[in-house]
Amino acid sequence: MTRLFGLPEHVVYATAGVWALLIAATLLVLVLRWRKPGHYDELVSRTASWWWMIGAFTFAIAVSETVAIVFLAFISYLALKEYLSLIPTRRIDRGLLLFAYLAIPIQYYWAAIDWYNMFLVFVPVWLFLFFPALMAFRGETRGFLSAVGTLSWGLMLTVFCLSHMAMLLVSGEVHNPVAGGVGLLFFLVVLTQFNDVAQYTWGKLLGRHKVTPQVSPKKTWEGLVGGVLTTVALAAVIGPYLTPMDVLWSALAGLVLGVAGFLGDITISGMKRDLGVKDTGGLIPGHGGILDRVDSLTYAAPAFFHFFRYFFTP
Amino acid sequence: MSKNPLIRVMRFLFFAVVVRAVILVALGLTVRHRERLPKDGPAVLAANHNSNLDALALMSLMPLKLLPKLRPVAAVDYFFTSKARGWFVTHIIGIIPVVRGSARKGVNPLVACEEALDRGEILVLFPEGSRGDPEKLGRLKTGIGHLACARPDVPIIPVYMHGLGKALPKGSSLLVPFNCTVNVGEPLHGTGSYNAFMKAFEARITALAAEDKHPDWD
Repeated sequence: MTRLFGLPEHVVYATAGVWALLIAATLLVLVLRWRKPGHYDELVSRTASWWWMIGAFTFAIAVSETVAIVFLAFISYLALKEYLSLIPTRRIDRGLLLFAYLAIPIQYYWAAIDWYNMFLVFVPVWLFLFFPALMAFRGETRGFLSAVGTLSWGLMLTVFCLSHMAMLLVSGEVHNPVAGGVGLLFFLVVLTQFNDVAQYTWGKLLGRHKVTPQVSPKKTWEGLVGGVLTTVALAAVIGPYLTPMDVLWSALAGLVLGVAGFLGDITISGMKRDLGVKDTGGLIPGHGGILDRVDSLTYAAPAFFHFFRYFFTP
Repeated sequence: MSKNPLIRVMRFLFFAVVVRAVILVALGLTVRHRERLPKDGPAVLAANHNSNLDALALMSLMPLKLLPKLRPVAAVDYFFTSKARGWFVTHIIGIIPVVRGSARKGVNPLVACEEALDRGEILVLFPEGSRGDPEKLGRLKTGIGHLACARPDVPIIPVYMHGLGKALPKGSSLLVPFNCTVNVGEPLHGTGSYNAFMKAFEARITALAAEDKHPDWD
C-alpha cells in the first residue's frame, strides 16, 4: 500500500473525508443558530466537542502506532474512572481499585506486542479470578457479591471490550493489504460513531415506535432501522477502500456494527437507569461523560474484531 | 506571600503543571454552574471539606491569571509541623494561616483574611474547619459568618464538592482516581445578621449537595 504522512494513503483520504463532513455539519449548525439564536445551544456544544474528539483521534493515529495505543488506553482509563465513580463502592476496596486501574496498561501492552492469547484471557480469566480472591483476603464480606460483580463487569466493559480497538490496530496490520491495521480501526470507530449520529437523526426525524421504553425511551424502531441501514450503506462504500472486505462483506460488517452499537448504547442506558443518573459524567460538553460517547464501542469493538478475525484471517 | 520572583514562578509552574495534571487529567472535575465563579477578587469560595486536595481542586477552577490572588485559609497547627512543610504551604500553596481557638483568647483570628480581602484577593475557605468524615457534611464553624458580616460587600460563593474524599481521604496517602463533582452556588452577602447569613449559607450548601445523586460509599 502507498503511504502518505506515514499513514496508508486510503486512511489519509478517508480522514480528509471525515473532516469535510465535520466542516459541512458545523456550517449547517452555524446557519441553524444564526436563523434561530438560542435554539441550538446543545447542538452547538455537541459539534464543538466533535472537533475536539475528531482532532484527538486524528492526532493519535497520525503520530504513531504507540501514540494511538496510549490514546486508546487513556480512553479506557477515563471510562473505568467514570464507571467506578458512578457505582456504589466499598471504602475497604479503595486500594484494590488502584490495582484495577493497573489492569489498563497491562492489557494494552498485550495488544501492543500482539500477544493475542494473553490479550484474550488476561481480564476474563486472570483478573476475574484475582480480584474476588483479593477481596476475600481483605476479610470484609458485607457487600462482597455486589463489589465482585460490579468490578468484574466494569473491567470487562471498559478495559477488555474497549481494548479490542488497540488489538485490531496491531493485529490487523498483516491482514489488511489495503490500508493496514489503522484502516480497520478507522472503519470500526468512524462507522460506530456515524451509526450513533444516524440513529439519533433518523429517530428525531421519523421516530414513533419505542424500542426499549423502560430503558431508553428516546430510542425508536425508526431510528434504529434508519440508522443501521445508513451505516450499512456507508460501510459498503468505504469498506472496500479501507479493508480487504468486498462490498457485500462490508455491508454485513456495517450491519454487525450498527446492531452491536445499539446494544452497547442500551446496555449503558440500563446501567444509568439503575443508578438514577442521566449522563455518566460531564467530560464532553453536549454529549455527557466518556461512557456516553463510547457506550456503543464497548459492544461494536469486540463484535467487529471477532467478525473480521473469524472471516478474514487464516 | 513571597515577592521573590523565583518562588512565584515555582508556584505558577506547580499549579499550571502538577496540580492541573492531577486534578483535571488524572481525577477529572465535573463543574456545574461554572459561570457563578467570581471573575475577580475580592471574593470567598466557601466549600465543604473532605480531602487535602479540596483547596487545590478549587484553585484549579480559577484561571491561572488569578493565581497570585488565590489564598487558601488553613490552620497553623495542622500545616506548620515541620519547616519544609511550613515553607511549602506558605510560599507554593500560598495559604493564609489561621490560629485555631484564638477567638477565645480575645484575638480576632480572621484579621489576616480581612486584610487579604481588602487587597482584592480571593480566599478559599472551608467553613467546617477540618475534613471530618469523608463525604459527609460536618457542622459549620462560625468563622465564615463573622468574615461575611465584617466585609458585607464581598461575595461569598458556596461550593459543594463530592468525590475527592474518595480519591484521597483523611488518614490516607494513597491517591485512587475518582471523578469529582463541583457544584457552584449563587453568591451570598453578609449584609444581614450573623445568624441569618449562617442559615442562608447552610441552606445553600445543602441544596447544592442535593443537586446530584451520589453513589453509596461505606
